[in-house]
Amino acid sequence: MTIKEIQEEIVDEFSMFEDWMQRYEYMIELGKSLPMIKEQYKTEDNIIKGCQSKVWVHAELEDDKLIFTADSDAIITKGIIAILVRAFSNQRPKDIIDADTDFIDEIGLKEHLSPTRANGLVSMIKQLKLYAVAYQTQLN
Amino acid sequence: MIHTVLDILSIRKDFPILNRKVNGYPLVYLDNAATSQTPQKVIDTIVDYYSRYNANIHRGVHTLSQEATDVYEQARQKVRKHFNAAKSHEIIFTSGTTHGINLVANGFAPFLNKGDEIMVSALEHHSNIVPWQMLCERTGAVLKVIPMGLEGKLIMEEYHKLLSPRTKLVFCNHVSNALGTINPIEEIIAAAHKVGAAVLIDGAQAAPHLKADVQKLDVDFYVVSAHKMCGPTGVGMLYGKEEWLNKLPPYQGGGEMIAEVTFEKTTYADLPHKFEAGTPNICGGIAFGAALDYMNGIGFDAIAQYEHELLEYATKELLAIDGLKIYGDLKEKTAVISFNIEGLHPYDIGSILDKLGVAVRTGHHCAQPIMDFYKIPGTVRVSFSFYNTKEEVDILVAGVQKAKAMLS
Repeated sequence: MTIKEIQEEIVDEFSMFEDWMQRYEYMIELGKSLPMIKEQYKTEDNIIKGCQSKVWVHAELEDDKLIFTADSDAIITKGIIAILVRAFSNQRPKDIIDADTDFIDEIGLKEHLSPTRANGLVSMIKQLKLYAVAYQTQLN
Repeated sequence: MIHTVLDILSIRKDFPILNRKVNGYPLVYLDNAATSQTPQKVIDTIVDYYSRYNANIHRGVHTLSQEATDVYEQARQKVRKHFNAAKSHEIIFTSGTTHGINLVANGFAPFLNKGDEIMVSALEHHSNIVPWQMLCERTGAVLKVIPMGLEGKLIMEEYHKLLSPRTKLVFCNHVSNALGTINPIEEIIAAAHKVGAAVLIDGAQAAPHLKADVQKLDVDFYVVSAHKMCGPTGVGMLYGKEEWLNKLPPYQGGGEMIAEVTFEKTTYADLPHKFEAGTPNICGGIAFGAALDYMNGIGFDAIAQYEHELLEYATKELLAIDGLKIYGDLKEKTAVISFNIEGLHPYDIGSILDKLGVAVRTGHHCAQPIMDFYKIPGTVRVSFSFYNTKEEVDILVAGVQKAKAMLS
């Protein structure tokens, strides 16, 4: 599936929820269910410094696709990370670079992506794209 | 039923923002330690200034300038009276607490030698640690820390042991912003003076709850921010004893702070203008005065008594939640509760409370050393003001329970 198709699928899933509480409950479930990053990659180097919750991201190339794993110490943040990883992982670096993140607005989580929100998610998306740029250079 | 010394419903009508909804719920504002809300009288004062007599001060021959100067200087008198300073020129208008601390830190540089000691408490806000570290780097002075115990109080025996003739300055907050602990500043000041050290007290978190008398305290410097006591942001006060303020060099150069300027030499203006370079926050200063009028109209004794009732009620209700831990002493403190729930991240709890219209602070509260001490990433901090109600405490507690159920 392309990034766009995955994003549409996520938007579809979220459209079933009637209020914020159901959306949050779903995100919390996503956050809990994902064994995300190998302990060995939870290093200081892989931390994205948000103000309040810690976010770790690791990337590695498999064939021509980039695999992301990530984690956070806060569960809601972790749920959003799970959504981002689902949308962007196992894709070609070039497609990751070109992808937009508008679907986050559509699933009602816009406030988490405000640059002033101290949860490190904006930095996380930036980091995913930076990894993609770096690996794209390597592939070239 | 909570016993109330104040007519809260009538007081709440003074604050237009308390009528708004957040995420579909009535706003429950419990982040007063970060900034307090603004009563209509203060808002009106700001509008009146810009509508009627907006002008630069101290230098105009025209009527508006004279009016603005008069009202601004009246505001300085109000601040002097509120903190009971002996002289109005001991009151310096600043941009806030951080500005006041930096002004003093900068001014002390010429008086410090290598090996001199500056002491800060372990309960400090970052703004009260970083300027001293910078000062130590510049002068070769050494930073010493008054340690804290598990109950969030300073260990005073250690403080007395650390004091010596090498101690030149002691810095401590009157009330801890992260925990609400009221520090024994009378004892701290008296002991520092015995070894010849000067004392700066950060009153930012104390000023909204209790009235400090700078003469009675015999404190050398006391700093506050207006926005934590119903005033606007961007203005605050530095109180300094006249002898100290005369000794310290000016912090910034510019207009207002000079007596005479030639290219060879400039002589500085008298106090307080020596420390008020450039056009000050005129409207802010005036509105600060209006905020003090408003709070004094309600009365600090009544405020303290009512907030204490709220604090006791909220403490009891929150502690009934399984796995909830409150940090810091439960007695000697202002109306602040810093807590965590076992196994949950404070950010998650704060996010869900926000969805329910309840505004709290989460994180390290710019006091990372305290969080390191407890080995936690941060806390959820609720901080009350005199316009909060018992019903709002109930909404908070229900929200925390809901967050816990969702997150566990």
